[in-house]
Amino acid sequence: MEKEEPRIGVFVCKCGNNIAGLLDVEALEEYSRTLPDVVFTQWNLYICSDAGLEEIKKGIKEQNLNRVVVASCTPRTHEPLFRSVCAEAGLNGYLFEMVNIRDQCSWVHAGYKEDAMVKARDLIRMGVAKAALLEPQEIITSNVAVRALVVGGGIAGLTAAISLADRGFPVILLEKEKELGGMLRSLYRLAPMDMDASEVIDKKIKEVQDNPNIDIYTGATIDKVKGFIGKFDVTFSANGTSKDVRLGVVIIATGAGNLVPEGMYQYDGHKVITQWELEEKLKAGKIDGNNVVMIQCVGARSAERKYCSRICCAIAIKNAILIKELNSEAKVCILYRDIMAYGVQNEDQLRKAKELGIRFVKYDPERPPVVNEDKVTVFHHLMGKEIDLPQDMVVLSTPLVASEEAEKVASLFRVSLDENKFFLEAHVKLRPIDCATDGIFICGSAHYPKDVRESILQALGAASRASIPLSQGEVKIEPIVTSLVNKDACRGCGLCVALCPYNALEIRDTDEGRKVNVITVACKGCGVCAATCYRHALSINSFTDDQMEAQIHSFLAA
Amino acid sequence: MNGEFEPMIIAFCCNWCAYAAADLAGISRMQYPANIRVIRVMCLGRINPNFILKAFQLGADGILVSG
Repeated sequence: MEKEEPRIGVFVCKCGNNIAGLLDVEALEEYSRTLPDVVFTQWNLYICSDAGLEEIKKGIKEQNLNRVVVASCTPRTHEPLFRSVCAEAGLNGYLFEMVNIRDQCSWVHAGYKEDAMVKARDLIRMGVAKAALLEPQEIITSNVAVRALVVGGGIAGLTAAISLADRGFPVILLEKEKELGGMLRSLYRLAPMDMDASEVIDKKIKEVQDNPNIDIYTGATIDKVKGFIGKFDVTFSANGTSKDVRLGVVIIATGAGNLVPEGMYQYDGHKVITQWELEEKLKAGKIDGNNVVMIQCVGARSAERKYCSRICCAIAIKNAILIKELNSEAKVCILYRDIMAYGVQNEDQLRKAKELGIRFVKYDPERPPVVNEDKVTVFHHLMGKEIDLPQDMVVLSTPLVASEEAEKVASLFRVSLDENKFFLEAHVKLRPIDCATDGIFICGSAHYPKDVRESILQALGAASRASIPLSQGEVKIEPIVTSLVNKDACRGCGLCVALCPYNALEIRDTDEGRKVNVITVACKGCGVCAATCYRHALSINSFTDDQMEAQIHSFLAA
Repeated sequence: MNGEFEPMIIAFCCNWCAYAAADLAGISRMQYPANIRVIRVMCLGRINPNFILKAFQLGADGILVSG
């Protein structure tokens, strides 16, 4: 492309009093006019208002601007708006640069008015220096293979698969066990609505089996994953045969595991059991003895496992009620640290449990209960002394822990796990179902311990999120990505390929020898490759070496 | 600046965390001296050691790499 001389317009915002309250915006505008390549300047009360945006468009058209700099708030909120306004006026949106003189200047330097003015001038000068070197970029689009992969055939995976299939999308459902159903297969009744677990899961399994859009593979393992959103190439084996499939999106619903409390509270699996093992006894309708003591937070909220498993309190309350219903003479005592009975129904159940005479005793983790042959001794907070509770059975409430497969699945799909090995979302509030890698979504207890309702909710959410690229048929990607700016310099050493966290680079044999190829749809523009390449063959659009150095230079060498 | 030494500091900040934190400091109206200039990058992976050497060479007194 032939380079034209930069004609930069600088627009300085007062943001009402937010900026103008401290900074002399009119003086900043005047200063901007003295900077190299700046041909037009203007201040405005609110640039982001309709009138302010019109002024940018007018500037581009009437002054023939080919670069726009806005000095106002933060690009994290307003860059997309200003970019689109430039584009509306016929200027490529990537020939726009934003200077932050509000969030990082006027708001934080109230006591340093003079210094803040110096800083604002520097920042504008740095922005203009970078703007002069900006290059136009085009939004990248890539086709999406219309097929989804759901990993895990528990309640979350089944729900997500049905939801996607009902929208008309073909789904491949992989389950590592021989049977579908996951954790629910070993449960009896579900808290807090007291539903039959097998009824719920059997209905879902039948729906999946009857759905012509879902291909089910049980006893499956994933061997290899390549690619990126729209084009994931997955190799898996099931029943002794290997299969290659191309998929547009992936939903991870690998569930969680149960902590076996070996060596804790005399756990033996017979007289001292877990809530999980109690489910089986309840299913059989047989509880030995009249005195049951439950201990909460066994192996949870500890130094080793800091998190709260959330659902164990509701499970304990539900099972305590079931014991009372089976045998009204039974004495059930729940030893707890804090009761987690969130939401409408759980609180109702807690109240019901108390009405039924189930006893709740708070214990101090510093002085945990002690399980003896026929009693449990616990320090009672309010009485300020130790009490003995007779026991015929002790039930330990253990947390859900990350699935043993989590690390393997995470490394195959290149997604992150949290410190407890649960799958990590891209943003805890704004993108709670997406993985940081585009096109991969999480649901169910693979994410963190959830009850059935929450797993179903998140599965429906994941299916909904996953259906967006599937129904659009293509994905649009911000062009702030790596590009091979100097092909001759690249020797195909592959250092960048090894370091790329997103699988976005590959070495190809070309007529000119081994060269790196950028898979732009997979690239996140982190720049590790550009910083690593000692031949300076790679660069990041809108963050090139020249542009970065121009900012440093214009600050320090002016 | 009362003739006292005031360092010239460049901060390289990741768009997704440190830069966002600097914005949050603004939203929270936390106050700090004005001798720092933030250069935004999409990830600290972008920071080539050359940028840091160059900044020192040109007279920066301190460099904060945060992300």
